[in-house]
Amino acid sequence: MRTPTDRPPVVDIRDLHVEFKTYAGKVRVLNGVNFTVYAGEKVAIVGETGCGKTTTVKSILRILAKNSRVPRGEILFRGRNVLGMKGDELKKLRGAGASMIFQDPTMSLNPVFTIGEQMFEAIRNSGREGCGKRDTQQELAVLALKQTSMPDPERILISYPFQLSGGMRQRVCIAMSLATPREMVIADEPTTNLDVTIQDQVLKILKDRVESKHSSLILITHSLGVARETTDRVYVMYAGNMIETAPTEEIFRRQAHPYTQALMRCIPRLTGGGVAEGIPGRIPNYLKPPAGCRFAPRCPQAEKRCHEEKPEFADLGNEHFVACFSYEQEEKKG
Amino acid sequence: MNEIILEARGLKKYFPITRGAQKGLFVKAIDGIDFAIREGETLGLVGESGSGKSTTAYNVIGMYKATAGQIIFKGQDISMASGERPLWMKREIQMVFQDPGTTLNPQRNVRQILSLPLSIHKMTDAHDPVGQILRLLDTVELSAEYLYKYPMSLGGGERQMLAIARAISTNPSMIVLDEPTSSLDVSVQAKIINMLLRLQRQRNLSYLFITHDLSLMRNLATKVAIMYLGKIAEIAPVDVFFSEPRHPYTKMLLSSIPVISEEEELARHNKVESQGEIPSPVNVPPGCSFNTRCPYANELCHQDDPVMREVSAGHLVRCHLRE
Repeated sequence: MRTPTDRPPVVDIRDLHVEFKTYAGKVRVLNGVNFTVYAGEKVAIVGETGCGKTTTVKSILRILAKNSRVPRGEILFRGRNVLGMKGDELKKLRGAGASMIFQDPTMSLNPVFTIGEQMFEAIRNSGREGCGKRDTQQELAVLALKQTSMPDPERILISYPFQLSGGMRQRVCIAMSLATPREMVIADEPTTNLDVTIQDQVLKILKDRVESKHSSLILITHSLGVARETTDRVYVMYAGNMIETAPTEEIFRRQAHPYTQALMRCIPRLTGGGVAEGIPGRIPNYLKPPAGCRFAPRCPQAEKRCHEEKPEFADLGNEHFVACFSYEQEEKKG
Repeated sequence: MNEIILEARGLKKYFPITRGAQKGLFVKAIDGIDFAIREGETLGLVGESGSGKSTTAYNVIGMYKATAGQIIFKGQDISMASGERPLWMKREIQMVFQDPGTTLNPQRNVRQILSLPLSIHKMTDAHDPVGQILRLLDTVELSAEYLYKYPMSLGGGERQMLAIARAISTNPSMIVLDEPTSSLDVSVQAKIINMLLRLQRQRNLSYLFITHDLSLMRNLATKVAIMYLGKIAEIAPVDVFFSEPRHPYTKMLLSSIPVISEEEELARHNKVESQGEIPSPVNVPPGCSFNTRCPYANELCHQDDPVMREVSAGHLVRCHLRE
């Protein structure tokens, strides 16, 4: 589907469906997600609350809730089937392959252990040679904290999470996830709770660390601005589908999907000019999702076909793909 | 120019620390601020967490009693706490909070929620109480089917619309909005913002809009004030504020905003790299409180706290350098 690059894919998700069993019935969240991240690529998944961003990345690490099921689709991590992994292999994936940074560092850091104890544990479990030794752990932890511009790393290591500010806690999480080599870092809204000046600092550090380790990055965000300033490629998600993807520069030059276009108009600009009226309606109920394109009920351009069939990615050139029937003609021409 | 409706003069709010190692010290949440809002205007009060912007809002609606200074509303001093305020004053100033999930009673339905302020202020329409509520719902574009719903079953945007309906139920002339859209998605935020602008035009409302989002302020405020550690660093009419920012902190904030177009990148002006974090409001650094993060700070900035100076009409900056 995407133009081949010389780099191998790190994560390759094909037609992924995820559903959750609840008392009310089957909640069909992911509806055939296609998503690829190549080695060294920084990718953003952008979308509004409840669109399935977090479900997508959690399924890569297999940390979805117990009531989840994958009826269809596959996830390949460096060519290995993640959904079939068991025991040690899964541990290795989480320990050395990919790591995750969560939105709220207060929730992901244990309040009763010092930062040091938690960092040492993460380094120990990375399975890298020599990481069982306490000296190596200390050395790597101090180095990792230094690289995230933390003042006085030795003192941070003996501090408890509550003694640090929100921005420092998030930097600790970044340091922890990058203390040992990783092929992939997943950051789920890492700066949503932070002030803009601190967000700016944290994103710079995240970008810098990921680049210097040659890792790949999946950044989940609801802010198109954050995506634009941090990543190389953007995926736009709506109601459990990837609806548009393009290199970052390209997607900000031209938005193809009606949802992406509407979303862009809703963003208040620093140059003024007012805000658009918003998008009418709300995201569909996943218990009874629409049969065809899930955006059809809110789409001003929807036709009969959109309510019946699900559109697949159409190739617009420039590595730009959009899941919308109105571009099928254009694709054939091109 | 319209009449001034709300004015803060040298407003201060200190909270004493009554236990722990810092006992006897004060959290200087607001440390002497001045601003004025005219009828039909929106003052955007912008700042990071801990800057004192919410405390200012709470002082205006009377949740706190001011430590020093005055708040003048329509010519009368209202710096007392809400318990001492006459009823009409409370009717005139209403508030919309950040999180409608916690400020709407989960045990009451929409009709009960909207009836309460009307009965407190003896404004219930005895002949048609339901019709009155329906008209209120209509002004915020909620249909009649919401009448007996509970907040739990509403989406975030709908809850905030309900909170706005509650705020305008008593026909106030001033609404204090404390980050009303910061927990909402942009598509929902757009809806709420447009509704607020429409209500403002229709009812000549004045808004005190508390936010951390400068891009949003660009599109709806008449005047913008930046707060840092309990003090206003810069205040100016919205166009001047974004075209000629003077304070290094304003520039740092502008430089830190992630934007989505090249035009906006240019609008961020000369970049001031973000460094450091906001210090604790208990231990405010001597001199200018921004000196720990300011790239231009010199000796004077570490000694003397600068005072507000007017650089052009309505544009005030509190900085020694002022460029």
